[in-house]
Amino acid sequence: MLYVLKRLVALALVLLVSSFIVFSGMYLAPGSPEQFLVQGRTVSPEVLDAIRAQYGLDDPFLVRYWNWLIDVLHGDFGRSLLTQQDVSTLIESRLPTTLFLAAYAAILIVLLGVGLGILAATRSGAFEKVVVFGSNLGFAVPTFFAALVLMALFGANLGWFPVSGSGEGFADRVWHLTLPAIALAFPAIAVVARITRTAVREEQGSEHVVMAVARGVPKRIVLGRHTIRNSMLPVTTVIGTNIAGLLASAFVIEYAFTLDGIGSLLVNSVQKKDFAVVQAIALIMVLAFGLINLIVDLLYAVIDPRVRLAREVSA
Amino acid sequence: MTSRQITTEPPANTVGQDTVAVQAIRRQRLDGPVTGWRRLRLRLGTLGLVCVGILAVVVLTAVFAPYIAPYDPYVGSIVDRHLPPSLEHWFGTDQSGRDIFSRIVWGARTSLIGPTVVVLVAAVSASLLALTAVWFGGRVDAFIGRVLDVLFAFPNMLLAILAVAIFGPSLLTASIALAIGFTPYSARVIRSVALRERNLPYVSSAQLQGISGLVITGRHILPNVRTQIFTGMTINFGYAMIDLAALSFLGLGVQPPTPDWGLMVSNGQASLLQGYWEQSVFAGLAIVITVAALGYVGEQLGGRRAAGRTR
Repeated sequence: MLYVLKRLVALALVLLVSSFIVFSGMYLAPGSPEQFLVQGRTVSPEVLDAIRAQYGLDDPFLVRYWNWLIDVLHGDFGRSLLTQQDVSTLIESRLPTTLFLAAYAAILIVLLGVGLGILAATRSGAFEKVVVFGSNLGFAVPTFFAALVLMALFGANLGWFPVSGSGEGFADRVWHLTLPAIALAFPAIAVVARITRTAVREEQGSEHVVMAVARGVPKRIVLGRHTIRNSMLPVTTVIGTNIAGLLASAFVIEYAFTLDGIGSLLVNSVQKKDFAVVQAIALIMVLAFGLINLIVDLLYAVIDPRVRLAREVSA
Repeated sequence: MTSRQITTEPPANTVGQDTVAVQAIRRQRLDGPVTGWRRLRLRLGTLGLVCVGILAVVVLTAVFAPYIAPYDPYVGSIVDRHLPPSLEHWFGTDQSGRDIFSRIVWGARTSLIGPTVVVLVAAVSASLLALTAVWFGGRVDAFIGRVLDVLFAFPNMLLAILAVAIFGPSLLTASIALAIGFTPYSARVIRSVALRERNLPYVSSAQLQGISGLVITGRHILPNVRTQIFTGMTINFGYAMIDLAALSFLGLGVQPPTPDWGLMVSNGQASLLQGYWEQSVFAGLAIVITVAALGYVGEQLGGRRAAGRTR
């Protein structure tokens, strides 16, 4: 429990530093916000002053950071310079798509990655060779390339799935997000399948499994209780880092499929220099990334008691 | 079913931090730093040599692009739009009538320069941070550790996108930002290996002889962690290539009309959905083949874990 608390405090500190880095980065960016707001029109200095006062642009840097930070802690990320919308509501409306997509992809990674890995480990022959070859090549496939190929094959040619939009309601969503989720999960599935296969193979040769086989324990039980369970340790780490990485790679997929998630919002905001939105999304991503990594570490301790012990000793 | 594997597989070794996968690789292949051509060849294996061959072809293509490319990569004629592959145009032509093969040949340049910058910057900064931390230890080590923790908090692509948001889209900006993102992964690995080295008797005896820390680190510790540095560079190169291609795909990296593989995949998107698959598919395959070859070579040399990555 103390460990969790420590990690949470550390995460909060990292977030604080990150927020400072993100804010000062945006502050240092060339081109001033009020110039952006008037968009090249010639306006009188009075109007410029009014704008500067309205957005508090004349305050010293640290004061501005402090005000922004306090607002953020109250859940107020300011207004989009571009659409004048409230950034929090903007992100709120976009978040479900991204979360749905990431969750869908995570499920695919766990089911297909681990499933294919175990199948490849427990039987040899053509199937195993295909999985091994596929997983060696699969990690090298950029997600956006997988996205385009899937789009062309199953969207444009076969017409099974839509190639853009994220759909309404659960079933429609699943239908709309299937291709994006597969594309997003593809490289991770390859890596997880490979690690799973090696880990299970490794475990099959371990002493306790040999002993179980020698005692005549049924194959199914040997596989389920002794082999797979023990081989899941390295697999958990790999799955965890890959799921955390999903958030960051999701925006490429969202952009490719023109989904209305926070990733495509981030890319569009960067292209249009809408910094209020960029700051907010960057912070949310850092927070989510940190939380997922924390959860993975905790899961690791749940699965492997030795990790828990080692930590208590070192703490 | 299991009996055959029991006899062929040696018992699992659970010592150390390496994943089971890497342990398996370690046991099969010679451990220790790679020195000498024979050792290198042995480690790579036949498939590894094939991959090295592929990489050599890619590099030579980039270097001799002007002599290899049959057409100008920037000039096309509207009449020749979307030609299928033929003897004149090996990979066909794109939506502006430019020869796709020539663009892929020239694109090898931009596609290789970016990742090169990334791995060089990342390797230098990671080694500097890690070796400084190891040599001084204590507070310096703790401070550098905190800095790395903050860097770890940013997903690499996010860091690159933020840099592009601040400094405007360019290949150099994106590369340097990615390099900063890659640094903590390499630094963590180099630090752990260097720490082991730091505690060996030869280091303290050199210290007793009055040799300065800079010299010991540079002449003795650094050469002993080179395997980790090089393996990290090999593995990172592949990831850098994919990430930079993704940034170009988003319009935040290489800008048109420069030929670049990631940009070509993106440019071909509209054509691909209309049935003209050539541009996206050939450019995408170029990325996949290069990255897969790099990944395999890196894997044979030291394992993914040696680059500090579990992805």
